[in-house]
Amino acid sequence: MLGRLSWAAIPFNVPVVMIAAGSVGFVIFCVLALVTVKGWWPYLWREWITSVDHKRIGVMYIILALLMLVRGFSDAMLMRSQLALAAGHASGYLPPEHYDQIFSAHGTIMIFFVAMPFVVGLMNFVLPLQLGVRDVAFPVLNSVSFWLTAAGVLLVNVSLVVGEFARTGWLAYPPLSEIAYSPGVGVDYYLWSLQISGMGTLLSGINLLTTILKLRAPGMGYRQMPIFCWTALASNLLIVAAFPILTATFAMLLLDRYCGFHFFTNKLGGNPMMYVNLIWSWGHPEVYILILPAFGVFSEVVATFSGKPLFGRRSMVMATMVICVLSFIVWLHHFFTMGAGANVNAFFGIATMIIAVPTGVKIFNWLFTLYGGRIRFTTPVYWALGFMVTFIVGGMTGVLMAIPPADFVLHNSLFLIAHFHNVIIGGVVFGVMAGITYWFPKAFGFTLNERLGKAVFWCWFFGFYLAFMPLYVLGLMGATRRMQHYSNTHWQPLMLLALAGALLILLGIALTGVQLAVSIRQRERNRDVTGDPWNGRTLEWSTPSPPPAWNFANLPQVNGADAFWTMKQQHATAQERNAKRTYETIEVPRNNPTGFFLAFFAVLLGFSLIWRIWWGAGLGLLGAIVVCLIQAWRTDREVEVPAEKIAAFDRLHGLKEGVV
Amino acid sequence: MLVASCDEGVLDPHGPVGKAERVILYDSTAIMLAVVIPVIVLTLVFAWWFRAKNSRARYRPDWEYSGRIEMIIWSIPALVILFLGGIAWTGSHNLDPPAPLEGSATPLDIEVISLDWRWLFIYPKEGIASLNRLVVPAGVPLRFRLTSTTVMNSFFVPQLGSQIYTMPNMVTRLNLQADQTGTFEGLSAQFSGDGFSDMRFDLVSTEAEAFKDWVGATKAQGGILDAATFAELLKPAPVAGSRTYAQVSEGLFNRISSGHMAVVPPQRGQ
Repeated sequence: MLGRLSWAAIPFNVPVVMIAAGSVGFVIFCVLALVTVKGWWPYLWREWITSVDHKRIGVMYIILALLMLVRGFSDAMLMRSQLALAAGHASGYLPPEHYDQIFSAHGTIMIFFVAMPFVVGLMNFVLPLQLGVRDVAFPVLNSVSFWLTAAGVLLVNVSLVVGEFARTGWLAYPPLSEIAYSPGVGVDYYLWSLQISGMGTLLSGINLLTTILKLRAPGMGYRQMPIFCWTALASNLLIVAAFPILTATFAMLLLDRYCGFHFFTNKLGGNPMMYVNLIWSWGHPEVYILILPAFGVFSEVVATFSGKPLFGRRSMVMATMVICVLSFIVWLHHFFTMGAGANVNAFFGIATMIIAVPTGVKIFNWLFTLYGGRIRFTTPVYWALGFMVTFIVGGMTGVLMAIPPADFVLHNSLFLIAHFHNVIIGGVVFGVMAGITYWFPKAFGFTLNERLGKAVFWCWFFGFYLAFMPLYVLGLMGATRRMQHYSNTHWQPLMLLALAGALLILLGIALTGVQLAVSIRQRERNRDVTGDPWNGRTLEWSTPSPPPAWNFANLPQVNGADAFWTMKQQHATAQERNAKRTYETIEVPRNNPTGFFLAFFAVLLGFSLIWRIWWGAGLGLLGAIVVCLIQAWRTDREVEVPAEKIAAFDRLHGLKEGVV
Repeated sequence: MLVASCDEGVLDPHGPVGKAERVILYDSTAIMLAVVIPVIVLTLVFAWWFRAKNSRARYRPDWEYSGRIEMIIWSIPALVILFLGGIAWTGSHNLDPPAPLEGSATPLDIEVISLDWRWLFIYPKEGIASLNRLVVPAGVPLRFRLTSTTVMNSFFVPQLGSQIYTMPNMVTRLNLQADQTGTFEGLSAQFSGDGFSDMRFDLVSTEAEAFKDWVGATKAQGGILDAATFAELLKPAPVAGSRTYAQVSEGLFNRISSGHMAVVPPQRGQ
C-alpha cells in the first residue's frame, strides 16, 4: 500500500534531526495558526498564491530563497562545527552517514534552491519593468514555474524527516549514486526534487527569454536595452540550452535506478564517466546562469550611484555574450584528473582561461564607470565594491586551477571549496544582496535601513574572508573536501578560524532579519514617494513604487540606453513627462491557481515515486494532467482595468495633474 | 597561515612531479597578482577619490567611452591569458600523468586498486601485495596503473604531486617519484561513501636496499592474495590496518580492471 514507506523512515533516534524538524514544524504551525486566526487566507490566496503578476512572483521567489538560505546555512554551520571538532582521534558529533547527507544537501540547496530562486526572482521582478512592458510573455506559465520550484523545495525538506537525503555529494556521481551503492531513498529524493524544480527553471527560462526577445517598450532595440536585461538574456539562453541536459541526465540515472537500465552502471556496458561529462555540460553553464545576472546588477548599481552611464557598454555586452558561448566548451576542467590526454586537458584548460578575458574586461568597465563619477556610498555600492575586490581573487584562483598540472594537486581539495565559495559568495550572493537592496523600494515603496544594511555587508564581507581564506591554506596543506574527520591536528586552528567566519556570516544573516523588521517599522520615514529613490537611469524608476498591476499606464517611448535618465534631462518633473499621457482600458492577466495545483500534484507524484507508492504516482500524474487540461480550456484569462481607475492612480501618485 | 602551509602538503613536494607543479603554482600566481593587486588598489582609490563629497574630484556625467582605454582593458587580460595559456599547454604535456618520468633508473611497476574503503597495492614484478601501506624505493620512478572495484576514488599523495582517479572497469595511469626517504600521507580525494574519511594510507619511501629487504620480508611473511582472499577484501571496511601478501594470483589486476572478475556489489547504504 505505502511502498517502502513505514514508520522506520522517520529517524526518531537521531536527536539532531528530531530537534531541527520539531522546531521547524513548530514555527510552521505557528505561522499557519496566525494566518488562520487573523483571517489572512483569502488575502494570501488572492494576492499571492494565485497571483500571476511578475512582481509578486519575483518577490515570492526571493522569499523562498531567503528561507532556503537559512536551511542551507544551517547545514554549513553543522559542517563547520563538525570539522572544528573532529581532529586527531576525535570523530565529532556527526557520524558519516549523517554528515554525508548534510554536505550533499548543503550544495544542492544552495545552488538549486537559494542561488537559482534569488537570481530568477530578481529577473522576474526587474525585467518587465526595465523593458517597459506590463508583464512577462506567459504570466500563468510564470506562476507554474515558481510553484514547481517550490514543490522541489518541499520535497528536499521532507527528506530531512521522512527517510534520508542523498549521501553522494551535490552532483551524485555514479556509480556511487546507482542503486547498488545507494539503495536508500536519498538519491531518489535528490533526483525527483531536482527534476520537478528543473522543469520549473526551464519553463521560466523560456518565458523570460521570450519576454526579452519579443516584448520591449516602443523604441527599445537591443542597443537600447539596459545591461541587466542583456545579462538576463545571456543567462536565460543558457538555461534553455543547459537545463534539458540536466533533465535528460537525471532521467537516465532514474531509469538505471528504477528500471534496471545500464547507462551509468559498472556492468553491461554502462559508463559512469558519461554521466560526469553530461552533468558538467549542464553544471558549468549553470555557474554563468547564476553569475551573469549578478554582473548585470553590479552594472546597474555602479552606473546609478556613480551618476554616469556604464563605461564601455558595447564591450560589456560583447563580454557577456562571449562568456555565454564559451561557458559551453569548458566543462572538462571539472575532471582533468580522470585521465584525459594532454591535448584534451590543455584545450579545456586554455578555453577556461579565455573566459577570464571578458570577465576581466567587465571588472575594468566597472572600474572606469567609477572614474569621473560622483559616488554615493549606499549599501548596494558597498556590495559592489566588496564584490570587485573579492571576486577578482576568486577569479584568480579559478584561472590557477584551469591550468591542468595545477589542478592535479588542487582538485577536490579545500582550495577548490574556497575558490567556488569565493566566486559564488563574492559574486552571486553579493550581487543578489545588492540587487535586493537596490530594488526593494521599487517592490515595497520604502527603502531598507542603510545602517543595518551596511552592518550586514561587513558581516558577510569579513565573514567570507575569515571562513574561506583558511580553506585555501588547508587545501594547499593537502586537506580534501567532504571528509568527516581528519587525523592531522595542525589543521584544527584553521578549521576553528573558518568556524568563526561562518559565525560572522550567521550574524549577517540574522541582521538581515533585523534589517527587514526595523525597515518595516520605519517605513513611513523611508517612504519612496517619487518612484525614483536613487536617481535611477532605467525605466523601472519611471513608474511609482510599488508599481501598479499594469506597470505603465502608457508604454514608455525609449530613446537611448539610459531611457529614464534621458527623459529626466528633458523634463524634470513627472507631471511634465506625463503631460501627453492618455488613458485607455488595460487588460491584465487574471489570477490563476493552475501553478499551485500543479505543484500539489507534482509533490504527490514525486513523493510517491520516491517511496515506490505506485497508486500515488498514478494519482499525481493524473491530477497534473487534469489541471493542465482545465487550464487549456479556460477562456476568461484577463480582467479589464478601467481607464478611470488608472487615471485616478496616476493623480494619486502625482504623475498627472488633477484632483484626487 | 601561509608559512604554516609551506611545510606540508603540495607546497612541500618531495618528488620531481610535485616540484614542477609547485613552480607552476608560484609562477602563475605571481603573473596574475601583477594585475590583480593593482586592480584592487585602483578600485579602492577610484571609489574613495570620486566620492560624492569630494569637491576636488571632477564629475564627468557623460563620459562613457574611450577607444584607447577599451583597447588597453581588452589587452591586459588577453596578454595574461596568453602567458598562462602557454604554461597550461606545456605543463599539460610535460606533466601528463601517463607520461614516463625522465631518468635512467628502471621504473617500479605498481598496480593500485581502490576498495571500499581501503587501498590495495600490487607489485606485479615482485609478486607481492600490500594493503593500505605503499612502500617504494626513493629516487626510482614509480609507474602506476590504477583501477577501482566499486565506485570512483582519487589516488593522491600531496607531497609527491599529481592525483588521478581510480574508476571501475577502467585503468588510469600515473607516474610519480619520491626523491628522499620519508613517510608521506596518501588519501582518496574523491568522495566514495561513508568510510571515505579513513581511506588514507602511508607512502613509505626507503633506500633501495631497505626496499629489497622489505620485499624479502614480505615474501617470508606469507599470505596469499587469490580470488578467495580478495573476496574478503571486497567487504566494506571503514577502518582497517595494513597488511601484506607474499603471493598474488597472476593477472589479478587485469581481471578486475577489465570487469572479468565478478565484483559483487557489497550491500551498502541503509
